[in-house]
Amino acid sequence: MNKKNYVLKRIGHSILTLWLILTLNFFLFRMLPGDPLRLLFTDPRVPLEVLEKMRVQYGLDGSLLYQYGKYLLNTLQGELGMSFVYNMPVSEILVERLINTVILLLPATLLSILLGCLLGIVAAIKRGRASDFICLSLSQLLWATPAFWLGLIFMMLSSGFLPLSGMISAGMTFDSIWAKGVDLMKHMAMPMCTLSLVMLGQYAIVMRNSLIDVLTEDYMVIARAKGLSRVRQLFSHALPNAILPVMTLAALNLGLLIGGAIQTETVFTWPGVGRLVFDALLRRDYPVLQGAFLVISSCALLANLLADLFYKLIDPRIEY
Amino acid sequence: MTGMLRLQVLPILKQINKKGMAGMIILAVLVTLAVLAPVIAPGDPHKMAGVEEIMLPPGWDHWLGTDEVGRDILTLVLYGTRISLLVGFSCAAISIFIGSVIGLAAGYFGGRVDDLLMRLTDLFVVIPRLPLVLITVAVLGPSLVNTIFVIGMLIWAGTARIIRVQTMSIKKRLFVERARSLGAGHLHIIRRHILPNVMPLVFANTVLVIATSIYLESTVSFLGLGDPTHISWGMILHYAFVSVALTYGAYWYVIPPGVMIVLTVLSFTMCGYALDEVLNPRLRRRK
Repeated sequence: MNKKNYVLKRIGHSILTLWLILTLNFFLFRMLPGDPLRLLFTDPRVPLEVLEKMRVQYGLDGSLLYQYGKYLLNTLQGELGMSFVYNMPVSEILVERLINTVILLLPATLLSILLGCLLGIVAAIKRGRASDFICLSLSQLLWATPAFWLGLIFMMLSSGFLPLSGMISAGMTFDSIWAKGVDLMKHMAMPMCTLSLVMLGQYAIVMRNSLIDVLTEDYMVIARAKGLSRVRQLFSHALPNAILPVMTLAALNLGLLIGGAIQTETVFTWPGVGRLVFDALLRRDYPVLQGAFLVISSCALLANLLADLFYKLIDPRIEY
Repeated sequence: MTGMLRLQVLPILKQINKKGMAGMIILAVLVTLAVLAPVIAPGDPHKMAGVEEIMLPPGWDHWLGTDEVGRDILTLVLYGTRISLLVGFSCAAISIFIGSVIGLAAGYFGGRVDDLLMRLTDLFVVIPRLPLVLITVAVLGPSLVNTIFVIGMLIWAGTARIIRVQTMSIKKRLFVERARSLGAGHLHIIRRHILPNVMPLVFANTVLVIATSIYLESTVSFLGLGDPTHISWGMILHYAFVSVALTYGAYWYVIPPGVMIVLTVLSFTMCGYALDEVLNPRLRRRK
């Protein structure tokens, strides 16, 4: 199979998976016991005409197949329905929350990749020795640590000298954009540390294993035999090859992150998609949950596709 | 049975590295704690004490202090071990069953069946687990059975992929061809020839699936979708989060359940990787 066919096939599969996600998303919320409208209007005095009108507005009229078709059509047009709680279109809420999530996630991810790679490189170079054992154990420990628990501990440690919830101090006016930035940083410090630490372990382990594999290759022996300095050996011969799995992991994680931020955003009341999901779960705001789930899964799907294509395109050793 | 134990299990145990051994010892301790919880726990997990026993720091009467309704934290944590291990083993059983059936069918029959089953598997690989588990539990209603059922139903994809690849390589071996030419049916070949060769890999994978399930359950419970009638570590942390524990600085309330989660997940992963190294020929050469 040539390259173009492969890419087309992967894109085709992804579209198929997207359709499956949409279908799952539709039927998941139809598993709710009873009439969904009755969850919303618990007052029995609501007149029938109003209920019928609401039924049409929330896409709950007609047969199941009709509803399904309508759902697919609406979703493809970016129409995700109205929130039960916020009385706003779900798509508008999601866009606003997504921006906040990205503000938190991007620096956290970069930090975790940087520190994780560093830890992994140290472990790989010193493999079999005490520092390798320490780095590896630390990575495994961090990997097994639930983000919400680490968040709780950070919250307890920093209470008193850092703000513990939200993104910007409520009701405050700032003299300049700098003052606002400082306030944002103060709010961001703890959630960012939590996220980077729990993600770091994974990168360290992948970096270590990948680098150890590369270090045993013949071209590394040649590099050493040529008398290259250890720094040159590492940076111009070993790392370019060893970094590939790390980059793939990073791309995959970017997709999973939005969903994974639920824990951290919940603990620190960060107004992102994760906290939105948590609030919607508590209040049973089903349209928001449905919309958020679609966005979270689509991001993961897209990241998966890109990681795969990127990996195949960048690594000439892979055959189709 | 004893022959199998001597020939298959013992050599594996001998090759397991130090970390794997440490993991197994921790696991043995955890299982003992879970079984003996009613005997060794100093108090009754549901008994709430009077006002004078609320939020006590660690001391002689309560080694790990008490929570906001006066329950003994050590007792809660010990009982939590039971729920976490129960969840881990049950979820793993469900997911291994589904993963095996799908992986075997896809790998053995190939072609259209494979295509169809693998698209389904892709779906469950791609979708982020936590949101899906949370939403499904919320829709079905929070209860221990639902949580176990949902987690088990959603995390089989990795297992299915591993089994599929292994099945595909084994079905091309000579002994399978021999069995087929002797007139063996599909079910017989799968059961008697393929399954025994696939099982070792599944074994290592199971241990990792248990770790994932325990982690997921604690997160689901922490986020308020736990079963209020059962005490799990995530549930204790949920109460700590929604009560005054954090502003009160009640470290004795927050630290023990989390340490238990980390220890459990860590020991299962250490065992899993150690087993994988022994059982998976691809990894054996890396030292």
